[in-house]
Amino acid sequence: MGNHSDGAPQHGGAVATAGQTEQAFADPGLPPHRPRLADLDPRAAKRAERQVTALFIISVIGTVVFLVAYFAIDLGHDSDIATIRLQNLLLGLGTAFAMLGIGTGIVHWAKALMPDHEVSEARHGIRTDEDREAAVKIVDDILEETGVKRRPLIRNTLIGATVLSVFPAVAVFGDLGPRPDQKLRHTMWAPDEATGQKVRLTRDPDGTPIKASEVTIGSAFHVIPEGLNELHEGKLNEKAKAVVLLMRLNPADLNISAGRENWSYNGIVAYSKICTHVGCPVALYEQQTHHLLCPCHQSTFDLTNECAVIFGPASRPLPQLPIEVDAEGYLVASSDFHEPVGPSYWEREYS
Amino acid sequence: MSGATASSYQPPTKVGRIADFVDQRTGASPLLREFGRKIFPDHWSFMFGEVALYSFVILLLSGTFLTFFFNPSMAETHYEGAYVPLRGMEMSVAYQSSLDISFEVRGGLFMRQVHHWAALLFVVSLGVHMLRVFFTGAFRKPREINWVIGGFLLILAMAAGFTGYSLPDDLLSGNGLRIIDGVIKSIPLVGTWISFFLFGGEFPGTAIIGRLYVLHILLVPALILLLLVLHLFFVVLHKHTQYPGPGRNDGNVVGYPLGPVYAAKAGGFFFIVFGVVALMAAAFTINPIWNYGPYDPSPVSAGTQPDWYIGWVDGALRLMPGVLGSVDGYRQHFEFVIFGQTLTLNVLLPALVPAGIVFTVLFTYPWIERWITKDDREHHVLDRPRNAPTRTAIGMAGFTFYCVMWAAAASDLIATHFHVSLNDVTYWLRTLFFLGPIIAFVVTKRVALGLQRKDREIALHGRETGRIVRLPHGEFIEVHAPLDEYKRYRLVSFESPAVLPAQPNARGIVDRKERRRAKLSRWFFEDRVAPVTVAELEAAHEHGHEAIAAHEEETAKSLGH
Repeated sequence: MGNHSDGAPQHGGAVATAGQTEQAFADPGLPPHRPRLADLDPRAAKRAERQVTALFIISVIGTVVFLVAYFAIDLGHDSDIATIRLQNLLLGLGTAFAMLGIGTGIVHWAKALMPDHEVSEARHGIRTDEDREAAVKIVDDILEETGVKRRPLIRNTLIGATVLSVFPAVAVFGDLGPRPDQKLRHTMWAPDEATGQKVRLTRDPDGTPIKASEVTIGSAFHVIPEGLNELHEGKLNEKAKAVVLLMRLNPADLNISAGRENWSYNGIVAYSKICTHVGCPVALYEQQTHHLLCPCHQSTFDLTNECAVIFGPASRPLPQLPIEVDAEGYLVASSDFHEPVGPSYWEREYS
Repeated sequence: MSGATASSYQPPTKVGRIADFVDQRTGASPLLREFGRKIFPDHWSFMFGEVALYSFVILLLSGTFLTFFFNPSMAETHYEGAYVPLRGMEMSVAYQSSLDISFEVRGGLFMRQVHHWAALLFVVSLGVHMLRVFFTGAFRKPREINWVIGGFLLILAMAAGFTGYSLPDDLLSGNGLRIIDGVIKSIPLVGTWISFFLFGGEFPGTAIIGRLYVLHILLVPALILLLLVLHLFFVVLHKHTQYPGPGRNDGNVVGYPLGPVYAAKAGGFFFIVFGVVALMAAAFTINPIWNYGPYDPSPVSAGTQPDWYIGWVDGALRLMPGVLGSVDGYRQHFEFVIFGQTLTLNVLLPALVPAGIVFTVLFTYPWIERWITKDDREHHVLDRPRNAPTRTAIGMAGFTFYCVMWAAAASDLIATHFHVSLNDVTYWLRTLFFLGPIIAFVVTKRVALGLQRKDREIALHGRETGRIVRLPHGEFIEVHAPLDEYKRYRLVSFESPAVLPAQPNARGIVDRKERRRAKLSRWFFEDRVAPVTVAELEAAHEHGHEAIAAHEEETAKSLGH
């Protein structure tokens, strides 16, 4: 295979490519028309006619099925799943037969009975050269008459005014929502500013507080802050930031870094449930390996190493919620998270 | 002169009289004369665009029905409807009205199913239609702009799908929005602001469903409709392309007249598409929102999947590693803090770069190929994909790139269904993300060249009959039957562009850009199979008559080669 352009190996690179056009095959023209059965045999034509009619009748039956299913089965406040499914099936089958009957009938009619001679039609240019020249001349003349080339001052101020006139739209767009400010940094876990009252960890969704003694080794709780269920406004917004996973490990398994010694209690640790990748709930806890897995994009966090990322697209560990036990033995948050929870954002370091 | 006098022409038939009545008031007869018998080429692969058009019509019909009952409010309510397992649950009005459509509106569930299936079909058929257009070279002059319009239609279709997917405000779609929010927040400088503007404050807020609803039922469909009309206008203006074959060339269009055959087939096909969608809606449940429950930021179900057309972007998000290296050793993070600003490339890169590459190549490809070939002619006859090996290989490389990401969106399901490690699936897909397109390119190009060689063989020596003959001197050969001239013409009537070396410009200089073009031209066309010429065929025939045995020996040699 010395020659790349050699298409046929048996010719050993001797394929002549120059002068290809002179040697090209002449177009034999459209192949002769081959008559169909229905063109030759009147009985076949009659049969096709009956088939088309039968298909249209199937369509009629489909429509009837739809109407019967629609009126005979009534849905309401007490309809059960079986009834709904039955109606859906019958409505669907009715529509399907009604439509397929018409569709296949028409297509069969067209293919078997309508003339099937292929016709050749000449293509015409989409415009003549005369039009083309005239159009270019018109465009040039228009530009010339405006004098925009000779009067750059007009042109430049117009461009400037047009560009500036877009800014009101941007300003309006800006009013679609409030400014982000510090909202992403704060959650409901912050102790009450006036009283210093610390927020209890409660079960999701019923909101009952959790005693440290109830958390056995190997167990996991889905946690929301106390008072979340009583919120009247912005409940989901707060929940979207505040949900926490609570787990208890053998304290010997935890590698605690400096400064976090008081963030856990007897091997009980709490971490934000919002993935640091794009914010899905990290809902899967693998008890044996102490891994947390996000079901959306499979980011995996190692609980024994303060939720460091060990696999997947997340880049940051899950934020840890510092916890302690109050006088009654209930778990409370010592403070808010020390960093924003959830996906990273541009201003994350300072707001 | 004839202003007040009635026309003397009297149509002979009743239908003719009605047509004439309309014509005298609308002047439509020139239009009918132009289009009534307009020729449309016929091929099964031309129907994908039709499927897209028809599923869009079905979407408008079923969608209008759904708007009558859907309430896009995120106000909180307690469900007291027909679906017992959710009674008493807190949920948004939007989710409640979606449940009511499913369970209490007669035919509502059916309409939801039709709408969702038609939406999936709409994007599939658009995608396949674009693949057909790409692989057959139908994007070439004069259709480049229509190709670009098609690309925008694809993007709009995905936007329509995504905005609609989020409306029921169920757990699955809420998590989809959450992911979108996370991706938006990764945009440098303005991401956080855009997120707050879009959601009207913090995620999830109470504004997003209403806003997406307006986009979904007004803005996006209006844009789709506009581009669709433009697209079809250009199809009529350019006349449809046709596959190569006897009697077909760039100067004509061969096919069936619009009336009656083509109109009947195309019109009938609408009912068939509708029927198939109805059948799917009847038999296969899609998006059972009642199983997911209302949106709540805390739970998520395992195996969450976006609708198929968003999958490739989701898959790209999954493939990108956030950190490389072990916990104890060196760690390369892909999130950087620069001058106090957080740049989270582990989200930004996979969200933007692959989609950016795919759409940039898609939109510019007609001009890239035009630049390389310096081909300014109009093309109305399509290429068979094998006859443009490099283009076909590029297309398959892009398709593979897409499919690897798409498969990655199901990495967890692949792992659970085939009982393999999730991590291994991801590692393999990460490798394939880079290698897959290269492998696909090489394999496709070789297959295309191989098919061209096969065509050449058949054109030169006819088809194998399976009849074995023993020659006088004892050798066995297989008799080849010659092709008729129509079949042969189909195999030999293609263009095979050769490498176009660098050419000096007007000032007699070969500039750097031109040298680059020449290099690309070499890459494109150096492997080529030339079509059989008349002389070659004659030579092969003589050859065949005089020394069949020798010829067969040679063929055998080349087969073993």
